[in-house]
Amino acid sequence: MMREFKPMASSEMTLDPSLKTRIETRHVTVIYGQKAGVKDVTMPIYANKVTALIGPSGCGKTTFLRSLNRMHDLTPSARVTGEVLLDGINVYAAGVDPVEVRRKIGMVFQKPNPFPTLSIYGNVVAGLRLVGIRKKSLLDEAAERALRQAALWDEVKDRLHAPSMSLSGGQQQRLCIARALAVEPEVLLMDEPTSALDPISTQSIEDLLTELKNHVTIVIVTHNMQQAGRVSDFTGYFLNGEMVEFGPTSLLFTTPKDKRTEAYITGRFG
Amino acid sequence: MQQAPVQSSLIKQTPSAIYRLWGDRIFLSVVLLLALSIVALTLGLGYYLYLGGSQAINKEGFWGFLTGTTWDPALKLEFGIWPYVLGTLITSFAALLVSFPIALAAAIFTAEYAPRWLAGFINYLVDLMAAVPSVVYGIWGIFVLAPFLREVIYMPTFLWAAEKAPGLVPFLGNPAGYGMFTGVVILSSMIIPFTAALSRDAIALVPAAQREGAYALGATRWEVMQTVILPYARGGIFAGAMLALGRALGETMAVAMVIGNSNVLPYTLFGPASTMPAVIALELKEAVEDLHYSAIIGVGFYLFLIAFIVNVAASYLLNKLKVGSQRA
Ligand SMILES: Nc1ncnc2c1ncn2[C@@H]1O[C@H](COP(=O)(O)OP(=O)(O)OP(=O)(O)O)[C@@H](O)[C@H]1O
Ligand SMILES: [Mg+2]
Repeated sequence: MMREFKPMASSEMTLDPSLKTRIETRHVTVIYGQKAGVKDVTMPIYANKVTALIGPSGCGKTTFLRSLNRMHDLTPSARVTGEVLLDGINVYAAGVDPVEVRRKIGMVFQKPNPFPTLSIYGNVVAGLRLVGIRKKSLLDEAAERALRQAALWDEVKDRLHAPSMSLSGGQQQRLCIARALAVEPEVLLMDEPTSALDPISTQSIEDLLTELKNHVTIVIVTHNMQQAGRVSDFTGYFLNGEMVEFGPTSLLFTTPKDKRTEAYITGRFG
Repeated sequence: MQQAPVQSSLIKQTPSAIYRLWGDRIFLSVVLLLALSIVALTLGLGYYLYLGGSQAINKEGFWGFLTGTTWDPALKLEFGIWPYVLGTLITSFAALLVSFPIALAAAIFTAEYAPRWLAGFINYLVDLMAAVPSVVYGIWGIFVLAPFLREVIYMPTFLWAAEKAPGLVPFLGNPAGYGMFTGVVILSSMIIPFTAALSRDAIALVPAAQREGAYALGATRWEVMQTVILPYARGGIFAGAMLALGRALGETMAVAMVIGNSNVLPYTLFGPASTMPAVIALELKEAVEDLHYSAIIGVGFYLFLIAFIVNVAASYLLNKLKVGSQRA
């Protein structure tokens, strides 16, 4: 069930009306104790597009990302207000099961977090086993596909049952990407997925995003401006917990409307 | 010898380096000395126990002493400790088996599910349970637990079996209230806090990123517990179980007070039994014969051996289970 994105009142963006909105946030605010991590963010996330979130460290990118799949439920000090509409349904509404939300909206974390007691293979199929898939051929198939997508297959195909902690940091991050991909989420949230990767793996992940777009909606946080330019269709610029500007990446990078965005993308920030 | 001049010139440049070097050495020596004193203490303990027990052990033979079933300090002066070894092993492992699920459940509940105030309250009680002296457990066992179990479990079971399943009666044993089962129950309640406290800490130490990784895959709370938290914490949980087992093996007073102290094999479920620490505590002050005295110390030596073996096995397994012993 998709719904058309209705331009917001304050919107000055040029939007293609044919775009489908997968997620729409309305006045999302996240407060840690007394301090706001994200303030009043209203933005669309279009289906089958890559949306990049950029902004200086501490501006609330991770905080915002985590509000999309209700990860803040696990942080007692965090309080989320506003709405996150996934296909038109507020994921924070009473009666919505956060487990279901997270099955649809997968996540790759800023720091690799493989499960150390599981093997490489065990990590990749962990999500599938959770939904009750036991058949070995299915698991094997899914594991290989996910590992190939995450550009890790060739490095681990001969030691799938080795401990996951025997991988390097960059390999661990790709393992976490594979783990998230294996359950075939509809939306994938990626928090700086390539910050620990070498240029070749980074390239593979970027290629993966372009390919995945066909059936997955992607939100990626990145500190790498070139990367945002290369892989994303839309970009949101965050500063001090607010979203300063949102628009098609090509426009935002060439003709930013806000002075602060311009300062950031031209490297004159701070 | 290329290094030497460089080093000495460094030392000259910074006069405090000599002092620091010496400080380092003194520190190392002190630490080493203290560490070695533990080794010496342990070996010395084992050695003197063996020495003290050697008269009896030599008379019966190393295995004979262990596997003999007659303990007769009065007439035949024959000493076999098997009934006590069996009593100790059965009660300890049974107590571990009984207490482990309860302790783990308490740890999971307080670490993950209970509201803060309730978790705090339960944790306080658990810690208190560990602080209660064992003789107090013993008094409670004699005056409350044993009569209670006799009325509520032993007698009804015994009467039922006598009527409906007479074949079971020999296995049930004397339902007087003082025996193996009561010993296990009291031992279980005494060792719960050790497993519970260590498991609780281990669960609390599981990094948030691990939990979040599982939640992000769409795991429910219980699935996160099962697939991520418990496996990650398994080292600490196992360490808690081993600490509890160690306590159970060595527990003396409370068990001696309720177990009935009979070394007649075969043991029965409800009937009296005895343990190694119990026989040491009860007979040491009455021993007159040298050989009896030596046999009692011999029991101590074998108890020491059992504790040693359990510890070695435990630390081997712990190393295999611990998360982070691999690459971090
Ligand atoms: N669990 C938390 N408790 C309290 N404050 C938090 C918590 N997590 C984040 N914050 C605060 O919220 C603000 C936004 O943090 P966030 O992690 O979202 O930034 P970010 O944009 O992802 O930064 P980076 O690029 O460094 O990852 C920061 O000021 C941070 O200190
Ligand atoms: Mg971040």
